[in-house]
Amino acid sequence: MRSPDTPPSIDVTGITKIFGSKTVVDRISMRVLPGEIYGFLGPNGSGKTTFLRMLCGLLKPDAGSGTCLGFDILKEPREIKRRVGYMTQRFSYYEDLSIRENLDFVGRMYGIPKRRQAVDEALERLNLKDRQKQLAGQLSGGWKQRLALAACMLHDPELLLLDEPTAGVDPSARREFWEEIHQLAARGLTVLITTHYMDEAERCHRLAYIASGHLMAEGTVAEVVEGARLVTYEISGGNQPELAARLRASDAITQAVAFGSSLHVSGSNRQLMEAVLGHALDPDHRWKEIPSELEHVFIDLMRKEREENKP
Amino acid sequence: MTFFSLARFVAVASKEFLQMRRDRLTFAMVLGIPLMQLIVFGFAINSDPRHLPTALLIQDHSPFSRGLTRAMENSTYFDVTEVISTEAEAHDLIQRGSVQFVVQVPVDFARDLLRGDRPQLLVEADATDPAATSNALASVQTLLDRVLAQELRGPNEWLRSQPPAVDLVVHAAYNPERISQYNIVPGLMGVVLTMTMVIITALAITRESERGTMENLLSTPVRALEVTLGKIIPYVLMGYFQAGLILVAARFLFDVPMVGSIPLLLAVMMIFIIANLAVGITFSTIARNQLQAMQMAFFFFLPSILLSGFMFPFRGMPVWAQHIGEVLPLTHFLRITRGILLKGSDLSMIRPEIGPMALFAAVVLLIGLKRFRQTLD
Repeated sequence: MRSPDTPPSIDVTGITKIFGSKTVVDRISMRVLPGEIYGFLGPNGSGKTTFLRMLCGLLKPDAGSGTCLGFDILKEPREIKRRVGYMTQRFSYYEDLSIRENLDFVGRMYGIPKRRQAVDEALERLNLKDRQKQLAGQLSGGWKQRLALAACMLHDPELLLLDEPTAGVDPSARREFWEEIHQLAARGLTVLITTHYMDEAERCHRLAYIASGHLMAEGTVAEVVEGARLVTYEISGGNQPELAARLRASDAITQAVAFGSSLHVSGSNRQLMEAVLGHALDPDHRWKEIPSELEHVFIDLMRKEREENKP
Repeated sequence: MTFFSLARFVAVASKEFLQMRRDRLTFAMVLGIPLMQLIVFGFAINSDPRHLPTALLIQDHSPFSRGLTRAMENSTYFDVTEVISTEAEAHDLIQRGSVQFVVQVPVDFARDLLRGDRPQLLVEADATDPAATSNALASVQTLLDRVLAQELRGPNEWLRSQPPAVDLVVHAAYNPERISQYNIVPGLMGVVLTMTMVIITALAITRESERGTMENLLSTPVRALEVTLGKIIPYVLMGYFQAGLILVAARFLFDVPMVGSIPLLLAVMMIFIIANLAVGITFSTIARNQLQAMQMAFFFFLPSILLSGFMFPFRGMPVWAQHIGEVLPLTHFLRITRGILLKGSDLSMIRPEIGPMALFAAVVLLIGLKRFRQTLD
C-alpha cells in the first residue's frame, strides 16, 4: 500500500501563517503518504491547530503552497473539505441535538447518498443504536469523542485530521480509539493526529515535533530519538532532590527529571556530562546509561527552540 | 459545481428549527414577549384616563362658580377632590402630584362676566404625562360652554354671542399623537419584531461560534450563503409568526380598526425584518459570547423603543432626538403600520417611510455580511 510511487496525501512546503505580528506557523513543510499515521506533537500554542486548519481549507496560509489529496490547498479548499474528515479539539457537534440528528446533519452537509443507511451503520458501529435519541450534550467525554470520530468518518474521507482527539479520555477508551485508527490506516486511510501523550506518539508510523511554529524534528520514533543525539543516565539512591538541583545548575546537564524513585539526567555532550556526574555524585548514588526516550527528546527540543529564538 | 445547494440550506434551516424547539427558554420568549407586551401595553396602560383628581380654586363665589363645580363633578374626566381658596395651596397640590388639575375661578369673575369683560378661567394641568391629560383638557371647553348656556339667560343672553364670554386659559403641554390602544397595539408589532430579530439572531449566530460548532460546520463543504440564509430564514418565519399573533390580537382582542391593506403591510414588513436581522448579524460578528451579544442588542433596542415614537410622541422630542429617531427603522415602521392600519394609507403614502428604512437595511446588511464573511474565513 505504501509504495514509493503513490502520490502523498499531504505534500506542502513553506506553510506560514501570521496573526497580527506573531508568526504562528513558520515555513513548515510536510509529506504524509497514504495509509500513514502521522503524529503531530508540540507544546500548547505551538501552531498545531492552525496548521491543521490550513490543511483542510479553513484558513488561508500567508505563504507556502502544496497539495492535500492532490488538490491545491490555496485554490481548491472545497474539494479538500469534501474528502477530509476534521475532528476539532473541542467537541463541536450540537449538544442540543440528539446523536442521530447530529449524524444526520453531517450527512446532509456532505450530501451523502443513502443517508439513512449510512447513519444507521454508523450508529451500529458506535453501539449507540438504542441511545440514538439521547442529546449529544448528555454523553460522557469518551462517548462524545467516539461520536465525533463517527461523524467525521461518515462521508468516507480519505484523510483524517484529528486535533487532540484523546484529550480527557480514559486509558481504555484511548486504547480502543487507537485500535480503530490502526484498522482505518490499514485500509488505506491517512491519519494526521495531534497529541500530548508519549505513548500515543510511539504508536504513530512517523511523527513531527513543532514548537512556536517551527518544525524541530521529523521522522520515525527511532529517527527522532537518534537525531536528537541525547545521552541519558539514570541515577538511583541517595538524596535525589538535592542532587537534581545541583545538576540543573550545570551547563552540561540540559534536564534532570524525577522518574519514580530514580532521576533521569540528559545532555548532549557525553564527556562533559560524565565529568560533572563523577564530581557531583555521592558514594550512595548509583548511575548507569539508559537509552533516551521520546519524552527526553521532546523536552530537549522545546528547550532548544526557546534558546534559538531568544529575543 | 453548484453555487448554492438547496439540500444544505434546508439542512441548516431545519437544524435551526430543531434547536429552536429544544431551547425552551427562547421559545417561551418568542411566544411570551408579544403576549406579555400585549397585556401590559394593551390592557394595563390606559392612555385615556378618567376620574382625574382635580382641585377647584374658587376666589369668587357666585351662581356661575357653583354651576361649574357641579358640571365638573358630573363629567367623567374630573373628580373634584379639593376645594381651596389660595394659589399657594393650588401650587402645592400640583407639585405634590395629589391633583392632576387645578381650575381657578378668579376674583370678581361673575361681575366681569356680566359686564362683558371676558374674564379668564384658568386651568392648570400636571403635564408631566401629557398623554394622561390631553383628553380631559379637550373636554373643558365643552363643559364650559354648557355651564355658560345654563347661567347666561334672560337679560344676560346677549353675552352668549361671539366672542366667547369667557377666555379659557390652559397651562398644559399639547400632545400631538393621542396615544390609545389603537395606536399602541399596532406599534407593538414593530417593537416585538425589533426585539426578537435583533436579540435572537445575534444569540443564535454567536452561540454557534461560542460553542465551537461553527468551526465544524465550516469544515464541511457548506457555503457561506447557505449558512447565512439557513440561519436567517427560520427567524424571518418566526418574526411573521409573532406579527400574525399581534395582528390577530389587535383585531379580535382590542378591536383595532384595520382600514388599509394587510398584504401591503406584510410585504413592507419584510424590509423591516431584514433591517433588524442585519443588525443582529452585525452584532454577532462583534460579540465574543452570547452575553455580549445580548448587551449589544439592548444597546440598540432601548433607543429604538424610546426614540421611535412608540413610548413618547415623536414630535414631543427635542430635535436632536428626532434626528436619531429618523435613522432607526422602528420609527418608520411604526408610521407605516399606523398609517396602513388606522388611516388606510396606500403604497404611495408610505413610500417616504420605506426609503430610509431600506437604506438602513442596505447599509447595515453590507457591514454585517462583510464582517460575517471575515469570521468565516
